[in-house]
Amino acid sequence: MMSAVRIAVTVAGLLALWQALVWFSDLPPYILPPPSLVLTRLASDLALVARHAGITLIEIVLGLSLGTALGASAALAISATPALRRWLFPVLVIAPSIPFFALAPLLVLWLGYGLASKVAMAAIIIFFPVTAAFLDGLRRTDPSWLRLARVMTDGSSKPRADWAELRHVRLPAALPALGSGLRVAAAVAPIGAVVGEWVGSSAGLGYLMLHANGRMQIDLLFAALLTLSVIGVTLFFVVDRGLRAAMPWQADSLPEERT
Amino acid sequence: MSDRPPLIPAEPPRDAGPDAPGVRLRGARLAYGGRALFDGLDLDLVGGQITGLLGPSGVGKSSLLRMIARLEPDGAAEVRTDDDAALTGQIALMEQSDQLLPWLSVLDNVLLGARLRGERPDRARAQALLDRVGLGDRATDRPASLSGGMRQRAALARTLMEDRPIVLMDEPFSSLDALTRLRLQELAAELLAGRTVLVVTHDPMEALRLAHRVFIMRGSPARLALAAEPPGLPPRRADDADLARQYGELLRRLEASA
Repeated sequence: MMSAVRIAVTVAGLLALWQALVWFSDLPPYILPPPSLVLTRLASDLALVARHAGITLIEIVLGLSLGTALGASAALAISATPALRRWLFPVLVIAPSIPFFALAPLLVLWLGYGLASKVAMAAIIIFFPVTAAFLDGLRRTDPSWLRLARVMTDGSSKPRADWAELRHVRLPAALPALGSGLRVAAAVAPIGAVVGEWVGSSAGLGYLMLHANGRMQIDLLFAALLTLSVIGVTLFFVVDRGLRAAMPWQADSLPEERT
Repeated sequence: MSDRPPLIPAEPPRDAGPDAPGVRLRGARLAYGGRALFDGLDLDLVGGQITGLLGPSGVGKSSLLRMIARLEPDGAAEVRTDDDAALTGQIALMEQSDQLLPWLSVLDNVLLGARLRGERPDRARAQALLDRVGLGDRATDRPASLSGGMRQRAALARTLMEDRPIVLMDEPFSSLDALTRLRLQELAAELLAGRTVLVVTHDPMEALRLAHRVFIMRGSPARLALAAEPPGLPPRRADDADLARQYGELLRRLEASA
């Protein structure tokens, strides 16, 4: 309950800061609209914003699912195959420095103006952080756990022992690392979807923002931006809470505040 | 205060194998980066007895223990039982880090071996062993909620659950405070009686309390020397005058090797 109060205070603080900026900068509303105007616009055009937000949300969720599934599978395959590891590990190391957003126009060309190109954009930028984080977790199993597992499975066939070790020791041990990857993924997925929409689309919050910008409807642009921020923050919280519930053994490094 | 030792029943442990085989390690060799940690090392573990292994850190005690379990891929040695059989599936391992998996309950940690081998878990026996080590009421808790001493008790229950004739212990109680360590030594000696045990330790008192024979490992490449054969059955009393004398002697020998 305390955290709900803190969130409310933070939001109110940010709105106040925004309003103060409008007052002191004396900028006209078509450059920097006050929060009241944006909220009024959001209320009057709620159906419009909601329709576009729904499409963006679908793109984000599909991209997140696809990118996570592909990233996790790639990490498992790489960790299980030494040859794959030798060839792909350097690729994973340099991958973050490749500007994948530059692919957006190509994706629109190849996959069209619809959902597919946006889902692909989000999935591609999610793929690498998820793969890298999960692979790191799979490689860093406590060696004393592996010694224990090896002694316990002594006498079983090697494939059987390897599978048991992966399923019961290395995989669960790597879940917290996969969780860190998923938190990063949840944070960047909305960016992927919106960039995809900016490059070419006929729906979604990114489209609505460009459209409003072109017509000097800055209050509508801000309303779309605000909605996108709410989606992003909510998504992050849902993923974070879900991961915490799924891994109760993974205690916070900072002690919980006593109230 | 929850770390009190359990009441130890008068009857001997039900699964102690009186006919546990001895272990014969011959020509053990392990080199890291061209430097031989040890070469041509022989060690015999007498069946049904506890062997203590002392030595300065870095001398290769843990590596030697792992050679017996074939956990050193770079090492070479002939390891057989004293009736010349393979050691496959005969060893249980316990280390200084309790090796408890944090996502499993204490009971499921005790059942880990069965889980890994795809066997039917014997929950009743696991619970009975937890009762024996004084953790009967903590079976559903996660390891993180246990104290260091309780965690090593859980590790001991897991080791006993494996029910292997040969038990390798690598500094099993080194991370515990003195009093907890004394209690766990007693518990371990009681519950491991009849098995062939190797205890690697840096604590001469631990070796003297637990072992039938104590070896010192030293030098580079390392050699082994029989250093003590304390009389009487383990666990020996820490305040025994004879033990105190042997303790002083072992310390002198270790100092000379450091």
